Amino acid sequence: MTHLYDLLISPFIEFAFMRRALAGCLALALGSGPVGLFLVMRRMSLMGDAMSHAVLPGAAVGFMVAGLSLPAMSLGGFVAGVLVALLAGLATRFTTVKEDASFAAFYLLSLAVGVLLVSRNGSNVDLIHILFGSVLAVDDAALLLVSGVASFSLVVLAIIYRPLVLESLDPVFLRAVGGKGGIWHLAFLMLVVLNLVAGFQALGTLMAVGLMMLPAITARLWVPSIGRMLAFSVGLAFVCGIGGLLLSYHFELPSGPAIILLAGLFYLLSLFVAPLGGALPRYIRARHLES
Amino acid sequence: MSVRVENLTVSYLRHPAVHHASGSFAEAEATAIFGPNGAGKSTLLKTMIGALKPDSGHVNLGPFKRKDIAYLPQQSEIDRTLPVSVHDLVATGLWHQTGVFGKVGRKQRAKIQEALQAVGLVDFAERPISALSTGQFQRVLFARILLQDAPLILLDEPFNAVDAKTTYDLLELVRRWRDEGRTVIAVLHDYEQVRAYFPYTLLLAREIVAWGKTELVLTDLNLRRAAETAAHWHERAPVCRVDEEAV
Repeated sequence: MTHLYDLLISPFIEFAFMRRALAGCLALALGSGPVGLFLVMRRMSLMGDAMSHAVLPGAAVGFMVAGLSLPAMSLGGFVAGVLVALLAGLATRFTTVKEDASFAAFYLLSLAVGVLLVSRNGSNVDLIHILFGSVLAVDDAALLLVSGVASFSLVVLAIIYRPLVLESLDPVFLRAVGGKGGIWHLAFLMLVVLNLVAGFQALGTLMAVGLMMLPAITARLWVPSIGRMLAFSVGLAFVCGIGGLLLSYHFELPSGPAIILLAGLFYLLSLFVAPLGGALPRYIRARHLES
Repeated sequence: MSVRVENLTVSYLRHPAVHHASGSFAEAEATAIFGPNGAGKSTLLKTMIGALKPDSGHVNLGPFKRKDIAYLPQQSEIDRTLPVSVHDLVATGLWHQTGVFGKVGRKQRAKIQEALQAVGLVDFAERPISALSTGQFQRVLFARILLQDAPLILLDEPFNAVDAKTTYDLLELVRRWRDEGRTVIAVLHDYEQVRAYFPYTLLLAREIVAWGKTELVLTDLNLRRAAETAAHWHERAPVCRVDEEAV
């Protein structure tokens, strides 16, 4: 019993930085989980990745102006991300370029600007920090940012939930009843950018996408309805957060990859055993019903 | 006063899909839109609901407003992989009542149940839409239209790949809507369905070939003309001068 306590509980009791990281993970799970689920449902699973690259030049500009300052880098990242989302959205609307192609083009442009800025004005250490972050180094300001973004995301998602689902399900119908699909879509893309920016101090831009997507993709394999998938992906993201922190504490691993690898492991396992979409349950069929 | 199209042209990449079409739909009646593939039938419906912008001319909805339209999209436009239940999909028919925030209460639930009953899917409410057959799904979409309770009903190829029994049941719903004084406009591909259930027909082959009582429109001569028009579309067509000549 004491062994289990030492393993799971005492790291968080003994160390303030672990408690802070735990709170950060909870906030990230609450914000990123639902956003990721909507990305998956809208068949935009790779969009999170694209957007995570798109925020880089903004963060770099923030760094150049104010050094390693979280508000400056976050604001820069947010502005760059929203700019890419807006430009890609406009290009999709007014030309024949499809949305995925348009996003690919603009995020690559943005990424190139970002790498140029970082390599001219920063050191590699800074770049690595932006790309990989560290949840164990989360300070009060970062914690406030992450939890603020999570709260804001949940409120906005609650507001735009119905039209957002309908726009994914049946866009022509939404237009026919006079709903403006574009506005909801744009609001949603802003949430994606916000959550990536929030995740970036804790996990880095690349790892933040992992916490957003992996639990959401896994959720679809386990539960049938949107409501339950939302709960599942938040829960799984948080569990992976706790587990990853403990792994990183006990084995001295970097925390970001530990969290994402745990989520990835769960995904791999689900591919085989998940009742709804997994491979094995589809082979080992339960006996069919009468009607 | 009824729904009218006035010198309507809608095009894709400058090639008109509907070309200088004018006329009016019979009110409180059922009109079939008939014609070869690529004749602009779906384009016309989409322009009527405002999803496409005309190059010139316009659709005059007459006594109706946009929210008086119930529209049945082609099934391919709906993402059926989403984890949504039959009940929830039908409930979207209440959009004008509920909007973004409104509650679906007991009264609305009863109405949804009633609509599912009318299309013979009362036991299917909690099924995910991904588990339905094409015919069952079409019944669900008709249930949504029942719920919308709209005076103007537009159906885009409602019976594609739908079995005979389902087609018959749904056509009976069309007859019921007509009897209730609703205006029904449907894109169809089957002569017999048109003759049996649609007193009026618009024969469209990018341009209007004929428009009026079904027995006068669906003649061999008209159908041949529609097929010929369809066969004469050019990649390098010259710029159309009809509007300038009219001025």
